[in-house]
Amino acid sequence: MLEPIHVSLESLNLITLAPMLIAIAGGLIILILDLINGKLHKSLYVMMTILILFIDFGAVLGLNINERGFFDVMLIDGISIISQLMIIGGSMIFIPLALTSKRFHEYSYPEFFALFLFMISGFQFMVATDNLILIFVGIETASLALYTLIALHNRSNSYEAAVKYFTMGALAAAFFAMGSAVVYALTGSIELYKVAEVMATRLNETGLMISIFGSSVLLLAAFAFKLSLFPFHTWAPDVYEGASAPLAGYMSVIPKIAAFVVSIRLFGMYIDLGVEWIRIVILVMAVLTMTLANIMALVQNDVKRMLAYSSISHAGFIMAALALDTTEGNTAIFLYYGLFMFTNLGAFTMLWISRHKKRMFGERYDHPYEKFAGLVQIMPIGAVLMGIFMLSLAGVPPFSVFWGKIYVMQATVNAGYIWLAIVMGLNSAIAAYYYLKLIVYMFLKSPVKDVDTVYYNISRPLMVIIGLATVATVTAIFYVQPLLSYLYYMVSASGY
Amino acid sequence: MDNILSILVFFPAIAGLLGFVVDKDSARAYGITVAAIEFILSLWLWFSFDTGNAGMQFVELIPLIPDMGISYYMGVDGISLFILLMSTLMTLIGMASMGETKNIKNMIVTLLFLEMTMVGVFVALDAILFYLFWELSLVPMLYIIGAWGGPLRVYASIKFFLYTFTGSLIMLVGMLFVAYIYHNLTGVWSFAITDWYALVLPVDYQLWLFAAFFVGFAIKVPMFPFHTWIPYAHGQAPTIGSVILAAVLLKMGTYGFIRFSLPMFPDASVMAITPIAVISIIMIIYTAMIAYAQKDMKQVIAYSSVSHMGIIMLGLFAMNAEGLSGSVFQMLSHGIVSGALFMLVGMIYERRHTKLLSEFGGLTAVMPKFAIIFGIMLMASVGLPLTFGFVGEFLVLLGFYQVSPMMTILAGTSIILGAVYMLRVMKLAFFGPLNNEENKKLKDLNARETWSLIPLVAIVIWLGVYPKPVLAPIDNSVKALLTFMDEKAITDEAKDMIKVAKTSTSTQEAK
Repeated sequence: MLEPIHVSLESLNLITLAPMLIAIAGGLIILILDLINGKLHKSLYVMMTILILFIDFGAVLGLNINERGFFDVMLIDGISIISQLMIIGGSMIFIPLALTSKRFHEYSYPEFFALFLFMISGFQFMVATDNLILIFVGIETASLALYTLIALHNRSNSYEAAVKYFTMGALAAAFFAMGSAVVYALTGSIELYKVAEVMATRLNETGLMISIFGSSVLLLAAFAFKLSLFPFHTWAPDVYEGASAPLAGYMSVIPKIAAFVVSIRLFGMYIDLGVEWIRIVILVMAVLTMTLANIMALVQNDVKRMLAYSSISHAGFIMAALALDTTEGNTAIFLYYGLFMFTNLGAFTMLWISRHKKRMFGERYDHPYEKFAGLVQIMPIGAVLMGIFMLSLAGVPPFSVFWGKIYVMQATVNAGYIWLAIVMGLNSAIAAYYYLKLIVYMFLKSPVKDVDTVYYNISRPLMVIIGLATVATVTAIFYVQPLLSYLYYMVSASGY
Repeated sequence: MDNILSILVFFPAIAGLLGFVVDKDSARAYGITVAAIEFILSLWLWFSFDTGNAGMQFVELIPLIPDMGISYYMGVDGISLFILLMSTLMTLIGMASMGETKNIKNMIVTLLFLEMTMVGVFVALDAILFYLFWELSLVPMLYIIGAWGGPLRVYASIKFFLYTFTGSLIMLVGMLFVAYIYHNLTGVWSFAITDWYALVLPVDYQLWLFAAFFVGFAIKVPMFPFHTWIPYAHGQAPTIGSVILAAVLLKMGTYGFIRFSLPMFPDASVMAITPIAVISIIMIIYTAMIAYAQKDMKQVIAYSSVSHMGIIMLGLFAMNAEGLSGSVFQMLSHGIVSGALFMLVGMIYERRHTKLLSEFGGLTAVMPKFAIIFGIMLMASVGLPLTFGFVGEFLVLLGFYQVSPMMTILAGTSIILGAVYMLRVMKLAFFGPLNNEENKKLKDLNARETWSLIPLVAIVIWLGVYPKPVLAPIDNSVKALLTFMDEKAITDEAKDMIKVAKTSTSTQEAK
């Protein structure tokens, strides 16, 4: 006869689940609203999404640090809180991009917003646990929702992007599952803190290194796909190109934050165990990622593809910080993404407002450089703002990404990797060229087509978003200190 | 006003922002007024500057990002004071004499932002703040060259940007490493230059760091063999771009050597004397020869300015008060003289739309005022006694003579070679028969052009005859710098090499 299981409600600590449940409930509310009245305008759904995310944000802020809950599956430590805050905050500023003046297919479905919220809950599950199965569930929830969101854009290359992303994502998921299986076979546990304990005791056994090697290779491959690291980055530019600009911008930041948190947990563990070669592999991948992506970005003809490669290169930059495995290095990841988010938001929004139903500049690309030629004459303020975003991405002070960059480099030098800092410096110099290319087109060339081609989609909400991105990019110098000390405190409180 | 430096930095920036609103017909008057106010403010700085004090004055220190050790830290000493004054003066005069009419409003706004970054570089005492202004100064210049330049303008502007950007990123890594050493020793991050001065570094560290900073500064100066961007930049830039580039932006590099390399790495600097002297002499002789071969009047001046930067570099590494003061003084004279020469070439270009020497000849007959002013500036550029150019050049050679007489003789050819290529310009453009029909109708300088050049002529003669008011404060700070370097040096060679001056001999000799 089975023993009845006695679980007190308090020991479950259900509050740790609250943020995800809010997002899921919010998604359901949106679906119910649609059932009741099918003719509601997208602006309502956008605002509902923002409000639900606001509650979600508040719920995360209210969590205590270093708690476990729900059969010890949930782990609320510092990095899970800051990453959830960044995910929610980032989603809140990206979703208003649905409010364009022209109608786009995907936003007329309330399912878009429901899926968006489900996706966020998936990311939140990913970062708020150290249980490999729940991480897997989180990854899959988020990814499946994201594939659908991409495909909803209703264009042939959106389908291509979604299918490509789906295939690659499925492969990555398989790698992750296999890696986790090896970890479980080694240690009999799927909770990382127990895994670390068991591995530490068994590290000296002969023959075990092979299995540890196998598990880490599989996991590394899985996350290299998710983080678009070399040589698993090839899907990224096509997917970014096929997805709508807001989603592409979103994909270059938010899913990566979630994947980085899991990477910190996983690979930080391996490095702490003294598996030194994984650090070397990560460093090599990081250096190759930033360098090759930079070189590829140089030869792109399309601004969106250029930004895709540039965000791969930025991911490589941050991956190098991960390999340092110092508190500063881990803080740098969050600081960099926090600052990068706003600049990228601005740049992709500028692409979004110039989006057309038809391709007006040749058959192949949506946003070729020629489209922005002479923008300073057509839309001076837009050109100046886009110029600021490009300079920020290139790492010109005092714009936001510079402070992230300098902190990463400071952490690198501090960890004793001078050569890495020099590689980063040289890569920033290469990167300057392709950002500059867009500036040259905007400021120094003459327009090629009619005047109304560029600011086609603009609406007041989009202007507000661009304004927000600009303010955050330009005034970074004033808020870096409080942001940094908060992030540093949270990262060090969770012991990374 | 203790915070006058902040006002000096942010006044042009705010004016630039507000300039977007000003109507485009009034933009020019707006720009000139703002630049004039800025110049008056910098004059005020000079008058309230305590010339007896060799240290930093008007210091402002506000921590910005304490966790990274970055602060808002500014100050001015005798060395930076006059470079700052020259920057504000040249911006004002450049703007006043500017003949551009296309997109004049954008030009004014860009120049005002550029002025902010120039002033910022010379007053920043925090390495990151310095880097910030240093990098930001590239952007307006990129736009000026790229939007108003000649046919190859886009290529020239990108080349200019990428060259300097690459160099400065290496410099940034160097800065981070210094901060890291500081962090290791004291446990706190700091990018304040005055904190860094206190670091006594082992010689091998000094050499590596010297190299990292050298790349950043040498590209900016530009030193041979990193000088290849400058003929393009000058060749394509509009007049105002060349004026600012030659007068101020190049000085950022040499200023960087004084502010960072010399006091922070005295031993490495002493070890670098010979290589740098060799490069400087190559710059002096080789670019002078190239200047002689040029067909284009503007390129002659562009190469001559590289040649003169060689003299400045030589003086910096003389390691004695004469050389260093002369070098700083030469920076000022080169700024004013080459700026004026570029303006003059720009004026003739506006009239004839060509800068080729073969197109001209006998201009003295039709443009007497132009010829006189050009002649004076040319003499100053060559280094004729009693002009601005002589004092600095003489002091530099005097200073370096104590290091190596042989090299000084080689460097001294700069005066001869300078006279050769400059007088060639004079001969081809101004003397000889007035053959070209188009030149016969040329109008002489108008009132605006004359009045924007007269102050420069006055300065050239005044400081050539009586340099003391400027030279004394420079000398003061330079001596403090040398004393400091001498105390800090760890190797015996460096201690021998660095000459701490006891009496202020240099100012007397200069008179």
